[in-house]
Amino acid sequence: MKGKNRLRRTLMFVSAQTPGLVKEAYIYGADSIILDLEDAVAENQKDAARFSLYHALKTVDFMGAERIVRINGMDTPHWKEDIRAAVAGGADVIRIPKCDSAADVVAVEQYIKAVELEFNRPDAGTLIMAAMESPKAVLRAEEICTASERLVGIALSGGDFRKSMQTKYYPSGNEILAARGLLLLAARAAGVQCYDTIFSDLNDMEGFRVETVTGKEMGFDGKSVVSPRQIQVVHEVFAPSEKEMIEAERTVRAIRENAERGIGIFTLDGKMLDVAFLPGAERVLELAKASGLYKGDLV
Amino acid sequence: MEIKRMAMAGTLESSDVQITIEPGNGTIAVQIDSIVLNQYGRQIKAVVLRTLEDMGVTSANVTVVDKGALDCTIRARAECAVYRASEFEEQIPWGGVAR
Amino acid sequence: MINAVGRNIPDELLTNGREVFQGNNYRDGQIYTKPGPTVKAQIKPQESKLVESIREAIRLCGVKDGMTVSFHHHFRDGDYVANLVMQEIADLGIKDITIAASSMGAAHDPIGKMIEDGVVTGLQTSGIRGKMGEAVSNGKLKTPCILRSHGGRVRAIEQGEVHIDVAFIGAPTADEYGNARGKGGKSDCGVLSYAMIDAKYADKVVVITDCLVPFPNFPPSIQAVDVDYVVVVEEIGNPQKIASKAARITQDPRELMMAKECARIMAATPYFKDGFSFQTGVGGASLAVNRFIEPLMRERGIRMRWGIGGISAPMVELLEKGLIDCLVDAQDFDIDSVNSVHKNQTHYEISTSQYCNPMNKGAFVNKLDFVVLAALEIDTGFNVNVVTGSDGLLMGAPGGHPDASAGAKCSIIVTPLVRGRIPTVCERIVTVTTPGESIDVLVTDYGIAVNPRRQDLIDHMSAAGIELTTIEALKDKAYSMVGVPDDIVFHDRVVAIMEARDGTILDVVRQIKNYEV
Repeated sequence: MKGKNRLRRTLMFVSAQTPGLVKEAYIYGADSIILDLEDAVAENQKDAARFSLYHALKTVDFMGAERIVRINGMDTPHWKEDIRAAVAGGADVIRIPKCDSAADVVAVEQYIKAVELEFNRPDAGTLIMAAMESPKAVLRAEEICTASERLVGIALSGGDFRKSMQTKYYPSGNEILAARGLLLLAARAAGVQCYDTIFSDLNDMEGFRVETVTGKEMGFDGKSVVSPRQIQVVHEVFAPSEKEMIEAERTVRAIRENAERGIGIFTLDGKMLDVAFLPGAERVLELAKASGLYKGDLV
Repeated sequence: MEIKRMAMAGTLESSDVQITIEPGNGTIAVQIDSIVLNQYGRQIKAVVLRTLEDMGVTSANVTVVDKGALDCTIRARAECAVYRASEFEEQIPWGGVAR
Repeated sequence: MINAVGRNIPDELLTNGREVFQGNNYRDGQIYTKPGPTVKAQIKPQESKLVESIREAIRLCGVKDGMTVSFHHHFRDGDYVANLVMQEIADLGIKDITIAASSMGAAHDPIGKMIEDGVVTGLQTSGIRGKMGEAVSNGKLKTPCILRSHGGRVRAIEQGEVHIDVAFIGAPTADEYGNARGKGGKSDCGVLSYAMIDAKYADKVVVITDCLVPFPNFPPSIQAVDVDYVVVVEEIGNPQKIASKAARITQDPRELMMAKECARIMAATPYFKDGFSFQTGVGGASLAVNRFIEPLMRERGIRMRWGIGGISAPMVELLEKGLIDCLVDAQDFDIDSVNSVHKNQTHYEISTSQYCNPMNKGAFVNKLDFVVLAALEIDTGFNVNVVTGSDGLLMGAPGGHPDASAGAKCSIIVTPLVRGRIPTVCERIVTVTTPGESIDVLVTDYGIAVNPRRQDLIDHMSAAGIELTTIEALKDKAYSMVGVPDDIVFHDRVVAIMEARDGTILDVVRQIKNYEV
């Protein structure tokens, strides 16, 4: 699937109902923009938001930022029309909120396929992202991750999850530690991406940085953000060091060159390397390139 | 489409436009108030008229209060107002009438 | 006649030696004689120059129909002085007054009515907003308003193009003999730079204060030897609006993003070295540049020799951190800068002539390395408008913009590409206030363009890996987003003349016309 494994360090939420935000959302450099039809839109404006969304998708040049549409929950009357507007407009990804099971993903996938046909976009390959908010969903992360070829990744929706766990936000992150771990395990096992939850206190930039570092150390691919102010911090945290970059560059080069000569396993600087090291090193280079550190052409 | 009742779409926030549509007397009447009237009034009117024409609206009174919206926003708000005013409850023909 | 920035200046304005703009340095080397004021000698020993009221001072100065009075704008939106004086003048039945102010702002809405009533029939200023702007834009002022930069205003006074009959100078502190300072009192504004030249060239000088201090009030910005009368009033201004609380660096991510680019650009030029000089506007992005140059200065181990301009908190912070040797100050924008000019030994008050008069023997701006300023509009020839809204209404201030950008080795304009639906970068700006030859770099949220006149800067930036675009491409991008704006329609009547720094005519502003769709 095209673009399935692209870099998603930052996924920025923007209300689809607010034209002032949508029209220039991409200038801050987020990898993905989540155009929100769900929580950011009042119940009596769901229809208006879809019109705005459709025309924004059709006319605004997002300059390469991925366009994700967060539809309304599958327990609402809105989600199908949301998907129709998003797919007709040419969205890259549909994000399912409150995803509870593999069946939810499958239902969305089926509907996307039908809508792609309806709007003469049979090859659109609209992707899917699932966000989990309940303990039940977190425990089903494994089945959700493998429910569809179109699923690019999963995310933890921390706010609602904390409520259902009888806890609240703590700077330590202990309250969502288990959920983060479960989601990451499931995502990695299935070979899909995993995104960390939002941090809502815009004035606490230090707290945000700490949480982002934790997420990076745990192995998340990126983090959802609620303000352009947070983007730079995430990109800084996820940027490899120069040393890491140089090492990755040497690794990629060496593995590719050896592979051409039919050599599968070899040593570099006294370290055993084989093709299994390639994806990791390539990812480091991609991150380095996205942060402006790497200017080469290996990725 | 037939304008059956008064309906409104959009807000008065910056970069948005509020469009009110009411049943007309067989013609289209558009009244425009805009913070960028001198530079874009003509274009705002053209977009509203074209949207109504595309949607087959032939009789309506339209009031536009613009806060610097782009054409795509004007189009989106106008379409939404028409759908609301015509009490349309089926699936929206995205890319068809709404385009 | 078409001038050097492509503006058509009506021939009827080109009388009495008035010329159209012919480039920044057209009058370089011109020889002229300064005029002197008409002075009434005070030989007899006199204890005090106090008079009981503004009205009495107006009477004693012999203000009559057709005279020119001057005001300064150090009290910004908190100024009461201009309104108090003009109300007395109006009440006395005097008309046809020309106001020669360093700037007029929102505080002066009541004078808008006096324009309509014919009390005020002439206006010369470096800024115009609110009701006054509306009155002038609507053609209510009898004679065209003359807009000058801060430097251009001082030049016009020092060259005798404007003769001030009476200067009314609001002063936070004064003694009974007229020694006046911007420091102290309850309406503390820090400096009195704009008024210094008025005091030297006006026939009569009235100091108006709300804080009388013991003689001598030293060192004075306005010297008693130039002062005829002193008036004490209840309040000369609203302290909250005179020195607003410290100007904070913006939190707006877009402005921060642009400010960071400005700092990168500065660092890529050869002027960013130990001993450099710097001025910044008070707009969100321009002000934020202070924050981003700090780490770059530390990284390179360099210091700024002098910072200049309207001063505000971020610049004071750099001074107090020891990253700037001295500040030269022509206006204070917030409480921190007011406090700093009082307490910091290397924070100096200068006159507006020292700051930026293009036709004295060399002003500070001539030695400036960098200036970062905002713009309402900029065209593809890098000409900037900071005085008229895109709807044609007078609503801004050239201020020191044309002066600092003409002087600086690297002048940077920082502005979002579009505001709401209005494209900032456009084909044709409403009014040229700063000629494109003064502007070197444009920083927007959609890219950076360097004036093609500055190939040297283009080379430095390319060497530093800074990605550049062209101003045409930025304009196209803006138009692709918001559509091509219609040209604004004006009446023929000229309501304001925008003078270049040297007194030639840069542009004219015409009466606005109601638009109907």
